[in-house]
Amino acid sequence: MSEPTAARRPWRYRPGPTLWPLVALVLLFAYNALRTPNFLHLEVREGRLFGTTVDILHRGTPVVLLATGMTFVIATAGVDLSVGAVMAITGAAAALLLTRTALPVPAVVAGALAVSVACGAWNGALVAGLGLQPIVATLVLLVAGRGIAQLLTDGMIITFERPSFEAIAGGAAGGVPITVLIAAGVVLLTLLVTRGTVLGLRIEAVGGNERASRLAGIDAGRTKLLVYGFCGLCAGIAGLIATADIKAADSNNCGLFLELDAILAVVIGGTSLSGGRANLPGSVVGALVMQTVTTMIYAQGRGPEYTLVVKAVAVAAVCLLQSDLLRAALRRRSGELRAA
Amino acid sequence: MDLPTAGAAPLLEMRGIIKRFPGVLALDAVDLTLRRGEVHALMGENGAGKSTLVKVLTGVYPRDGGEIVFGDQPLSVRSPGEAQSRGISTIYQEVNLIPDLSVAENIFLGRAPRLLGGARRQTCRQGTGGGSGDPRHRPRASCVGPLNWRAIHERARTLLQTFSLDLDVRLPLGSYPVAIQQMVSIARAVDISSQLIIMDEPTSSLDQQEVERLFGVIRRLRADGVSVLFITHFLDQAYEISDRFTVLRNGRVVGTFEAASLPKLELVGHMLGRDPSTLADISHQPLLTQEADQAEVVLQARGLGRRGALAPTDAMVRHGEVLGLAGLLGSGRTELARLLFGVDRADSGSVWVGRRRLAPGSPRAAIREGLGLCPEDRKTDGLVPDLSVRENIALVIQSHLPPLGRLPRRRQVELAERFIRLLGIVTTGPEQPVRDLSGGNQQKVILARWLAAAPRVLILDEPTRGIDVGGKAEIERLVESLAADGLAVVFISSELEEVVRRSDRVLVLRDRAVVAELTGAAVDEGTIMRTIAAGASERGPA
Repeated sequence: MSEPTAARRPWRYRPGPTLWPLVALVLLFAYNALRTPNFLHLEVREGRLFGTTVDILHRGTPVVLLATGMTFVIATAGVDLSVGAVMAITGAAAALLLTRTALPVPAVVAGALAVSVACGAWNGALVAGLGLQPIVATLVLLVAGRGIAQLLTDGMIITFERPSFEAIAGGAAGGVPITVLIAAGVVLLTLLVTRGTVLGLRIEAVGGNERASRLAGIDAGRTKLLVYGFCGLCAGIAGLIATADIKAADSNNCGLFLELDAILAVVIGGTSLSGGRANLPGSVVGALVMQTVTTMIYAQGRGPEYTLVVKAVAVAAVCLLQSDLLRAALRRRSGELRAA
Repeated sequence: MDLPTAGAAPLLEMRGIIKRFPGVLALDAVDLTLRRGEVHALMGENGAGKSTLVKVLTGVYPRDGGEIVFGDQPLSVRSPGEAQSRGISTIYQEVNLIPDLSVAENIFLGRAPRLLGGARRQTCRQGTGGGSGDPRHRPRASCVGPLNWRAIHERARTLLQTFSLDLDVRLPLGSYPVAIQQMVSIARAVDISSQLIIMDEPTSSLDQQEVERLFGVIRRLRADGVSVLFITHFLDQAYEISDRFTVLRNGRVVGTFEAASLPKLELVGHMLGRDPSTLADISHQPLLTQEADQAEVVLQARGLGRRGALAPTDAMVRHGEVLGLAGLLGSGRTELARLLFGVDRADSGSVWVGRRRLAPGSPRAAIREGLGLCPEDRKTDGLVPDLSVRENIALVIQSHLPPLGRLPRRRQVELAERFIRLLGIVTTGPEQPVRDLSGGNQQKVILARWLAAAPRVLILDEPTRGIDVGGKAEIERLVESLAADGLAVVFISSELEEVVRRSDRVLVLRDRAVVAELTGAAVDEGTIMRTIAAGASERGPA
């Protein structure tokens, strides 16, 4: 058999998977800088930065966090539909601990996050232990999760007054909103752990070829359990932010439909739904693209009904840019034009 | 060699069929002639071109040359569906019907009575269990009105009774065993009025009784004038059911033979590309001498077996020894390798590494005790295609680090570069996705993965498949030097020559059992081929 060419080529720039969502984000920012009044305006009020760009980062944190966990679930060729419901459960747990116990805030946070990790581990056990299809396994908690949250809160919206907890969403450190710091911290830590240790390789190997991974000695079940548990934790943090933001646990609306935003963010970011490669920076950029669209529409004074449509257009555009088929067709076309 | 067709014109004539894949000539001017009402076995080792030939015939692949005449008409179909409408049906090892639909629905799938569709022909054999009569003489039933479930079920039942199958045709097809499902798909094919039925490894997942039943059906088809093209790697089955053989090797026809006048040994010789009469002087070159017999046993299997895969087997391999596993495809050689490594769970016996018993069904445990397996199917079992050469090579090492452990990037790159040099892997560098490498280089990456993990026992299942001649020699040399360094190697190859040249000891497998153990001077191709052909009746010297 002849060996097809894999000879050394001169180094050339190869666009990474983060390129196209980043292009989209830059274009969106450029458009907004021109068209949206005061888009780039920043000011410091009461020791905190204010401005549309800061607002995008701040409002985008829940989806950035969800997308962080979702990226690795999707890299194992899975999906987690329950993250929105887990946000609600975590919020309800936090509100209960705040109102019914005298626990200090760090303990409340730890307790609520423990609940979210348990939710994620449940998903992981269904997927890895019982071999259920991820979409079915996590659908269970998507449906049941809000019910559980409502049971926890007796179907009511539990409000609370605890400034040190509310600071999670409203506070700032060094002028930067704490939400942004939390999200940045989680993303950086995750990048560090997955890129710096064997964990990232194992996740991608399991997603890329589970049979081969097993033959190479990787414990695919444990890897998946960990990934779903982590996804639950990320959803929990997002749930705490959402709950602290409105100073109440609203089991009906907390995180509603955000699982879809998170999946979209990951897909825009260049992680394939068929698994194999995790691109966390891409997911973060993807989440920010969607938040920028939302904020832009509000800032231009249009109603929320525009948001969904424009978001859909943005998502479709990025997905088209990523399509190898389309790019190949465009290259052929431009080649023909040049030849002509 | 090809005897003149008795009487009538042949049903099928394929002449000079050529099929190219990138870099490979898969079929090189292949001729195949099928008579009416004959069972014709297509024989050959892996990669000989059997499946490709069938796929060209049924329109899965377009052909690059040659012509096909089917029933006096030139045949050029573009899909299996079109082939079926011309009277050629294919039955695969994995039944290609829909398991969730009922048996009756599967039989009439796409042919169910239509509203006011009276003109559409609805056929059903009205046989009464005997299967007599010409298949072309079938009653026509016109169908007007909505689906008549009662009639569909009744017809399906009657049809299946001609195959001596008494089933509840309303149950989902998937609720029946594979053998029954296959017969249902045969019944469907016959009912669609097939003149030629191709069976691609239909017996691989059947037990002896089920095989007998299938053969009964095949004999009945033959009596009815239907031709059957039968692909199998079981020699005895081929002899039992076939009238003629066509042997393929490396995309060429070795010849077409009458089954009754072809000795088994010659058939094996044709399949393996060796002439039994000229083998005497090719003997093996033992790597180690006497002291090897006293070397420590590293890996031992005691009564290791799995139903439908391998009869309980004893085997062992010593420190620094190369143990060859010889046998045809499906003889159990790959199955033994998979059981040793725990890929498949054994249902009898045990595997021991030194004094420690391996946990069954866990490659992870096997690796921890120092085993390695280069799998036969590198695509499904070996490569993680999206990952880079570096990541694939470092995979086994990294799989046994603690969860937050790390092998520094620099060390990984060094490792990858060392093996790229050592094995001559053609790649743009450690970061190239392994998916973009050629088959031979992918194989070397998997080999590198295991060498990097420094195992005590390395099982190589077809390590040289799809590799060019130079690469084969390299890998063989590598095996030799590894064994010299004390590694125990289990070496599996379809190339008898390689097995003989490299092995200190050879286990010969046949029909899912070890039938002989050859050592010393007895390790030669002739003995192995005779053992494969004759089976248990000819045990090699102990």
